[in-house]
This record gives sequence, C-alpha cells and structure tokens, in this order.
Amino acid sequence: MTKYIRRAAALCAVLLVALLVNAARVQVVRGGAYDDNPANRRQSIARYGQPRGDILVGGRPVTGSRDTGEQLRYERTYTDGPLYAPVTGFASQVYGRTSLESTEDGILSGTDPMLSPLPLWNDVTRARNPGGQVVTTLDPAAQRAAYEGLGRRRGAVAAIQPSTGRILALVSTPSYDPGLLSGTGTAVTDAWRRLNAAPDKPMLNRAIRQTYPPGSTFKVVTAAAALETGVVTDVDDSTDSPDPYTLPGSTTWLTNETEGCADASLRYAFEWSCNTVFAKLGVDVGLRDMTRTAAAFGFNDKKLRIPFLAAPSNFDTRLDRAQLALSSIGQFDTRATPLQMAMVSAAVASGGTVKSPYLVERRKGLDGMTVARTGPRTLRQAMSPVTAARMRRLMTDVVTDGTGANAAIPGATVGGKTGTAQHGIDNLGLPYAWFISWAQADDSLQPAVAVAVVVEDAAADRGDISGGGDAAPIARSVMEAVLGFRDGGGDAGGGGDAGGAGGNGNEDGSDNGSGDGRHGGRFRPE
Amino acid sequence: MADPPPPLPSARLARRRGIEFTLIVVAVLLSVYGYCAVGLARHGTVPPGAAGYGAGLGVLALLAHVAVRLRAPYADPLLLPIAVLLNGLGLVLIYRLDLETPGDPAAPIQLIWSTLGVALFIVVVLFLRDHRVLQRYTYVSVVTALALLLLPILFPAVNGARIWIRIAGFSIQPGEFAKVLLAVFFAGYLAANRNALTHAGRPLLGFIRLQLPTGRVLGPIVTVWLLSVLVLVLERDLGTSLLFFGLFVILLYIATGRTGWIAVGLLLACAGAMAVGRLEPHVHGRVQDWLHPFASIDAGLGPNQLAQSLFAFAAGGMLGTGLGLGHSILIGFAAKSDFILATAGEELGLSGLSAIFLLYALLVERGYRAGLALRDPFGRLLAIGLASIVALQVFVIAGGVTGLIPLTGMAMPFLAQGGSSVVTNWIIVALLIRISDSARSQYDGTAAP
Repeated sequence: MTKYIRRAAALCAVLLVALLVNAARVQVVRGGAYDDNPANRRQSIARYGQPRGDILVGGRPVTGSRDTGEQLRYERTYTDGPLYAPVTGFASQVYGRTSLESTEDGILSGTDPMLSPLPLWNDVTRARNPGGQVVTTLDPAAQRAAYEGLGRRRGAVAAIQPSTGRILALVSTPSYDPGLLSGTGTAVTDAWRRLNAAPDKPMLNRAIRQTYPPGSTFKVVTAAAALETGVVTDVDDSTDSPDPYTLPGSTTWLTNETEGCADASLRYAFEWSCNTVFAKLGVDVGLRDMTRTAAAFGFNDKKLRIPFLAAPSNFDTRLDRAQLALSSIGQFDTRATPLQMAMVSAAVASGGTVKSPYLVERRKGLDGMTVARTGPRTLRQAMSPVTAARMRRLMTDVVTDGTGANAAIPGATVGGKTGTAQHGIDNLGLPYAWFISWAQADDSLQPAVAVAVVVEDAAADRGDISGGGDAAPIARSVMEAVLGFRDGGGDAGGGGDAGGAGGNGNEDGSDNGSGDGRHGGRFRPE
Repeated sequence: MADPPPPLPSARLARRRGIEFTLIVVAVLLSVYGYCAVGLARHGTVPPGAAGYGAGLGVLALLAHVAVRLRAPYADPLLLPIAVLLNGLGLVLIYRLDLETPGDPAAPIQLIWSTLGVALFIVVVLFLRDHRVLQRYTYVSVVTALALLLLPILFPAVNGARIWIRIAGFSIQPGEFAKVLLAVFFAGYLAANRNALTHAGRPLLGFIRLQLPTGRVLGPIVTVWLLSVLVLVLERDLGTSLLFFGLFVILLYIATGRTGWIAVGLLLACAGAMAVGRLEPHVHGRVQDWLHPFASIDAGLGPNQLAQSLFAFAAGGMLGTGLGLGHSILIGFAAKSDFILATAGEELGLSGLSAIFLLYALLVERGYRAGLALRDPFGRLLAIGLASIVALQVFVIAGGVTGLIPLTGMAMPFLAQGGSSVVTNWIIVALLIRISDSARSQYDGTAAP
C-alpha cells in the first residue's frame, strides 16, 4: 500500500507543479498581453485614478480635474471649453481622446517615460507618475479675439508667428464644450450623440481638419510662382491678359468682379484680385512650377503635425490647362486648410521660409521641470527672400489700397489678401469668405503674426460675402491682439488712413519700396 | 511552555507543541499584518477593527492549540498553523473585497463560520479519541452523505447550480459536509473489501495481464460513478461530482494497487464527461469558456468571469499590486468565493500565489505523511482521502480560475467565502490532527493510542 500512496503523492506533486507553471504562464509570460487587452479595465482605472495634467495657455491652465469618487475617478474639466476645444480636444472616459489630449496623453496621464525620475524606475516600482503639464504656444488674447470675431458664424481662424511657426490662435466655430464628454454617465452618451448629429459639426476642427477652396488667397502662391520663375519680372509691367479670359482649350469665359483687369500689372491685379490675370499667369508658369511652388508652401503634405495631424491641402498635380487656370485662382480642386493659408501668409512675412507650425511650447513634469521643448523648425523655402520682399509689398498694397482695407492697423504694417471662394455644384453653394494677412508693428524688426480667416457664412446673402468685408475685420482684431494693440485699437471698417503705414516700416529695403507710395495714392479707396 | 516534559526515556518522540505555538503566533501576526496592509493601502490608516480581528483570530487559534495540547500531543505541528494562516488570509481577502461592495459585507459572516469551524475542530479533537471509531460508521456515513447531497434538490437553484439550502438567512452547502462523510465511507469500505477488489477478476483476452474485474466487484465503482453523474445532472455541480469520483479512484488505487482501476476510472470519467458535456448546457458552456476565454470580448459582450480572472492574475505579475490595490472586484459576483484566488494572484503576485500553493501542498503532504506512518488500512485510507480532498479541490479550482482546466464551481479550502466549506475544512484538519497524533504516538512507548 505504501508504494501506491507514494505514487498518489507523486500525482499530487505533478498537479502542484502544473498549477505553478500555469500561474507563471498567466502572470508573467502572458501577463503583458492580458494587461493590454482592450477589454481589461485596469489600464483605464489606473489612468483615471489620478488627476490628469493640465494644458496651459498663456501660463494658465485651461483644463482641470474633478474627483468623482467613481471607478474611473477623475474627470476632465475645461475652462472656456468651446474657446480652446480645437486645441485641447476632449478626454473622455467613454470616447477616448482627441487633439492635444490625445497626442500629449503620455505627459498628461503620467505614463510618458520622460516623467520618470530614473530610467526604468516605474517599471520596478509599478508606480505611476503624476501627470505633467503641456504648455501651448497659444496667445489667449488672439484666441479670444478670433473666437469672438467669428461669433455665431461658421468658420475658422489660424494664426501663427511667421518667424518661428508658433501657433498663436486656432479657432473653429461653432465649437463645443469638451467637458460634456468627460465621465461615464448617460449625459455623456447623450452629448456625444447630439454633437455628432449636429448639422453644423461643432466637433470638426475647421482650422486644421477642414479644407476649403482658397479662392483668391491662393493668388499669393500664383504670384510667388510667377515672380520666382521669371514669368513676371516687374510687378508694374502690364501683363498680356485679356478680360474676359477664355480658358485654354475650352470655350468657357473667365471674368472679374472688378474693373481694369485687362492687361493689368501684377500689382494692380493682386490688389484688386483680377481672376483673369492670375488664371493666365498660372498657365504661363506651367503645371510643373505651379505644383512645385504650391508644394513648397506646404500643399500636398500629408504628414503635417502640429502635433496632431492636419488635413493635407491639395493642389492637383495632373491638370489640363483650363483646370490649371482655375486651380491657379484657388478654384477647381485646389483646397486648403486655414492653417495652410496662414502658413502661406507667414512665408511671405518671414522672407520666404515656411516654418513648421507647432502648438506645444514645452512639456513639464509636475515639479515644473521642463522635460521637453519644441523649437522653430524650417520646413521648406517657399521662395527666395527677394521674391518674398516683393510679395510683402504686394500684400501691403492690398491693405493700403485694395480689397483688404478692413485689415489695416494704425502703427503697424499689414499685408493681406482677400478671397471669396465659390464652391458646390455649379458654384451654387454659398461662397466662403477668406482673408489671409500678416502684421508687423512699426517699432518691430519682424512680423509678429500671420493669420488666415475663413467664414462660411451660411446666413448672409450671396452677394454680401467677401473676404474683405467678413473675414478681414476678424483677422485685424487677431493681429491687434498679438501686437498688443487690442485695447487702444480702432474699430473695424476705416482702413484707408492706414495707407501710410504701408510705406513706412519696411526693413526689407526692396526696390519696389519707393513705388509703393505712388500706387498707394492712386488707388486708395474712398 | 506550560507542558514541562518529564525526563525523557531515550525512545520518547518529541511532541513539538512549542513549535506549533510559535508558528500559530506567526500565522496570526501575518494575518493581522495583511489586515492592516489593506487598511493602510485603502485609507492610509490601520483599520479600527485590526485589534479585534487579531484578538479574535488569536483566541480561536489558541483554543485550538490548547485542545491539541490536551488531546493530541503528538499531532503534526504544521497542520494547525497552516489552517490558521490560510483562514486568516482568507478573512483578509474577503474583508478587502468587502471594501468594494459596501452593501454586502461577507467577512463578519465568514468570521462567525470560522469560529464555528474552530469550535467543531475542538470538539473533534477533544471527543474523538481514536479515528478507528469512525470505521464503525462506514454505512451510516454513506447514507448521511447521500442524504446531504440530495437535499438541495428540494431548494431552488442559485446561479445555475442546485447546491445550496437557505435557512434563516444563512446559506449552507450540504455537499461540503458530505465530502468528509464520503471519505470515511470510502476508507471504511475499501479497507474492508480491498482483498476482494485486488484479487478477483478474470484476465482480459488471455494474453494481457490486466484483469478485468468481475461484475460484482465492479459494482461499487459503477455505483459511485453513476452517483456522481447524478449529482452533476441534478445539481449541476461539476466540482463536487469530479471530486467524489476522483477521490474514489485514488483511494481504490491505493487500496488495491491495481492500475486497471485507474484505467476503468478514466474511461468512465471520459464517458461521463463527454455525455454530460454534450447534453448539459451549463457544463458545455464552461468547456467553451475554457477553450476560448476571450470569445465574449470578440463578440463585443465584454470579458466573462474567466477572462476577468486572467486579467486579474496578469495584473499581479511577479510581486503583485499590494493588498488592497488590485481590481479583482471586476470579476463580479463570485469574486469572494470561487475566484478569491484571483485577488490573491493580483494583489500578492506570483510570489504570493506560489506561497499559498505551497501552504496547501504542505497541508496535503502532512496528511499523506500521517497516512504513511499509520498501520491500520482504514486510518491510512482516511488520511490519504482527506488530504486528497484538499489536493483535488485546490487543483480543480486553482486550475479553473487560471485557465488550466475548465472552470468548476468549487471553494478554495479556508480561503474562499463560504461557511460550509470553512467548517468542513476545519473538520478535515481536526481529523488529520487526530490521525497524525495516532500515527506518531504509536511509536512512542509512553502513550498508547
């Protein structure tokens, strides 16, 4: 009997070893896979078990955390949620994260290894670092000016610092309060359903995720291409352009909204936004150089991150000549995000270089130590500094003498370009009002801000929509906010008397400088 | 110690009661430490009940120790401390899980049952002077066991199994008590009939040495098999059914030494498992869960209990999250009972889990050792049977919750919430103490068994 008892004991030993081996398999070997299973709530519980780090604008947090005492304990709160929603995105227990809440999640939730006091320390202690802070590049005054400027209208504003690429304002209206999506209750699911079903898409970040036909604002690119390639050598020479212009290879006539475009000079055509001149210029420059210039400004770039992904702006690379003509005035398939057009404006302002736009200045641990810093980075050279200087002049003329008078700011040099983009089938949709601009204070050595504004004004009469009328005042208030002129600045409307500013305050010393005043006098609006 | 040994004759065995006392103190202190650790982790303070908890457990353990000193002085000194430690740890884990379910505290009730268990332990140690007395009740045991097993059929099913009866707010699982009675019956029956079972039978096909048992001898095993299938079908209690049959086959093998019995047992078990697995949806579902623990996740229904249990074990890793800091409550309604091991695995880690397994292994080993040391076949079989009950239960439930084998509803001895289980396991330990006392005292000239 003893022999059989020993065998039974051996059997028990085998069972024990099987248990131990299996426990090791589950707990150690397969442990990582089980931990990462999306159905495993532990990651979420740990993630929400501590307050999330804050996103800072102008030194102040625009986010917060509320202790609910529930299983997913800390919920995100937002101060001025709708104002900053295009930047912060939301952080929801149920619906995940977007925008900075998503791309900076490692810092905010404390999982980023950069926050660890020692390498591998947290792997050993299983501790979780407190969430760090994300310092944005936003200028709160500019952000608010843009948001209030757009008001109840659908639209977007992107403002960047030309010399660095720092994003100073990123606004999309109508907006939403991301705080509605924090937590787990039915209120959250209701809000989610409502926001997604809303016809005016409040959760769409129009400033970087929506592309619009850029309309006449694209003429900046076309003009730069014409100057770079030598198609136009003197901006005051008359171009050989008929009015109306028959699109090459077709019987379609292209006309203008303004007078005097036949054989107009580049300067005149730019100031008064002659479609015929720029359509023909695009064709004269040719597809290869047009696409190359557009790409140099950032079009067709599918990888632009600020740090979240921006929608790629489009300039077709295969076009017949009629399509190229239309594309060159920002129609046909040409599409741009407001951010892209702000980059175009910034490239003109900063001597032709396109800086990589960025939204995160620094990432800080909870103790205030900076763990990472973003600096300016040049993406491309869109045009030579000489061309940039000539483009600056053209843009300032638009504000001093042309369609952009509403953007003029006393005490600063302002360059701009209006646009009214038609869209929809047979162009029957309500047009979009565009304005892109940059501003440089008279006592400053370089432009402080470049802005792009788009207003999709569904409520206005079709004829009333214009870049100069709707979008330029918004751009001006944003520029004033960045320049610090906001308190003492003038009202919208009276733009003409800023004409002198265009002639002053140019440090680029371009050869067109002297010509500016003359033209400014001649075409000053009433 | 209060037991000054007289000058020893050279043959006198060491009684080792002092070691037992020291180990009990260690076990109580470890439990109190665990209790405090939960409070510190959860609230940053030592829980107010810590002193009471320690005192309660300490008094129970001390009383049990005194009983052993009085009536079983030669008993194995490891058995009682292991039981105290496991029970104490179980109370800590249940208390810890109670914090997640404020409306449904289970630890106080478990403490009452533990007290009852220790009381019965003391009764058994004090009044059962010789385990051989039990052999007289072989057939009384089986009748009582069957009655207890079939009793819950009269009561409504709970969570798909018909194994509980509810009296005055307390729910009792009579099948738990039946385990001990069946061990007594198997030991008594096999001790009496082992010769017939060993030597009767006819050769199979003439050239194979294996002898096929005759129908008359085969009768008992088929009867037990049928009974366990009956339990399974009527009560949907896969665990108890498996335990009975496994226990019987082990004891039959030990009693007769014939491998043929194991073959027959395995065949019958497979046949039963196949038939029931096909016909009984409850069991079929368990097997499916075991084969595909994440199927419900893929189907978009969220993780089932087994998947949650695996997540909990995985979250523990090597060293565990620390007592009170895990989330095994996600497992759901059986977290305190069948799945209590997942809490241990998550919060104590692989290291803590291995320690618990080794405690059980030590308990089983001590039971086997007592069986080996005894001379009477009944006592041997009873000791092995009782130890095997513990071993089988631990394997079946631990294997189930870690995904090694299909899950069967069964209680982790001492650890899991469940009054009947705690009481039964204290009786098992009491019987092992009694048997180990007999086993070791029979070699000692100073005390006759």
